[in-house]
Amino acid sequence: MSESPVVFDRVTHYYGSERALDTVSFRVEPGTIFALLGRNGAGKTTALKCLLGFLPPTRGSARLLGHDATELPPDLRNRVGYVAEGQQLVGWMKVRQLVAFQKASFASFDAELCAVYLKQLGLPLKRRVFQLSRGMRAQLALALALAQRPELVILDDPAMGLDAVVRREFLEVMIDLIQEEGRTLLFTSHILSDVERVADRVAILDRGVLRVNAPLDTVKERVGRYRALFDGDAPAAPELPGLVRARRRRNELVLTVIDGGGAVPEACTKLGATSVEREPMSLEDLFVDYTSGGES
Amino acid sequence: MIPFRVDPTDSEPLFQQIVNTVKRGVAVGRLKPGERLPSVRELARELVINPNTIARAYQVLEADGVTLSRRGAGTFVAERRVVVKSDERRRRFKAALEGVLADAVHLGLTAEEVKKAFAAALKRFRFEEGSHE
Repeated sequence: MSESPVVFDRVTHYYGSERALDTVSFRVEPGTIFALLGRNGAGKTTALKCLLGFLPPTRGSARLLGHDATELPPDLRNRVGYVAEGQQLVGWMKVRQLVAFQKASFASFDAELCAVYLKQLGLPLKRRVFQLSRGMRAQLALALALAQRPELVILDDPAMGLDAVVRREFLEVMIDLIQEEGRTLLFTSHILSDVERVADRVAILDRGVLRVNAPLDTVKERVGRYRALFDGDAPAAPELPGLVRARRRRNELVLTVIDGGGAVPEACTKLGATSVEREPMSLEDLFVDYTSGGES
Repeated sequence: MIPFRVDPTDSEPLFQQIVNTVKRGVAVGRLKPGERLPSVRELARELVINPNTIARAYQVLEADGVTLSRRGAGTFVAERRVVVKSDERRRRFKAALEGVLADAVHLGLTAEEVKKAFAAALKRFRFEEGSHE
């Protein structure tokens, strides 16, 4: 029984007195694509940094390919492809030189595969890195990381600043990656339609707390939004297990509930609702309800 | 072959959208028994969605008797056979119908308009001859 490639076990991280991660636990299973979602500042990048050993957790532990993240053996970096948010590449180098540099740095680097990726993405070998567009630089960083043939690929917001066409190419690469057996992918994003296409599992971080961690297929079934109508002003939201968000507007009460949908109509009827209807929700609706939180 | 399309922003899970597309394709006769569906790999590439999602859709289709998979050869549209018991079949259809009719009421359609639409749709779909009883 091999261990999951990524394991977070009650990881808490403080920057000074500020808590960036609060007892975060999740694991990424081999051969799957895991999407870590959250608003800016929710703790996604901090979580990845803890996993890669750049930041020690204040409490709890993160494990990467079977090793504690605070004690990673040096050769492990050959097995993990990581592209940071807005990755900096050596600007003055030509693409060709950067490839050679990468080959010298990583024992597992496959120059032939890299050439295939560069050709596929249409990246010019003779151009200097600083002359490339932002999208091209992002693709170059990805190609370099993937050419190591890593078991695990970690991408921090790969879609940031990319146009729809380049993003689609990224998604195609992601899909090819897991079609090859055993590759595992962990990425952060806030482009939810991309996530819906490729993720097996999604987790939502909200101000350092992991709020959802579920297969993408079931998350839409488990979370429901109910609109209750009242004669006159709507009352305060009833106490419900699994209540994610409640909103009141005049005679309407809109409740988003996880795993407790059955109790909603009854609870609302008790408060005098004249009708209660379940509404369809997209992942984007769900994300907004989870991360805006509380009653308003 | 039918065009596969998915809408990631829809509230319906992607695997369900694929299941519905195939079921519909079979029901209107655009997918014929014995016709091969694209492989999980091909469809994952074409639609740019996770292959596990497609595999799940194909599992559901097979469990519902819509397709058959032959080891090594792929997934094929099955001869129409009924895997659901008669009362269960009625129950499912009734539930689906009530949903459609409720929508029609809320959209402000008249009973006459619904009947016309129903009659037109009936002509487009291919129904079983005879009876299962």
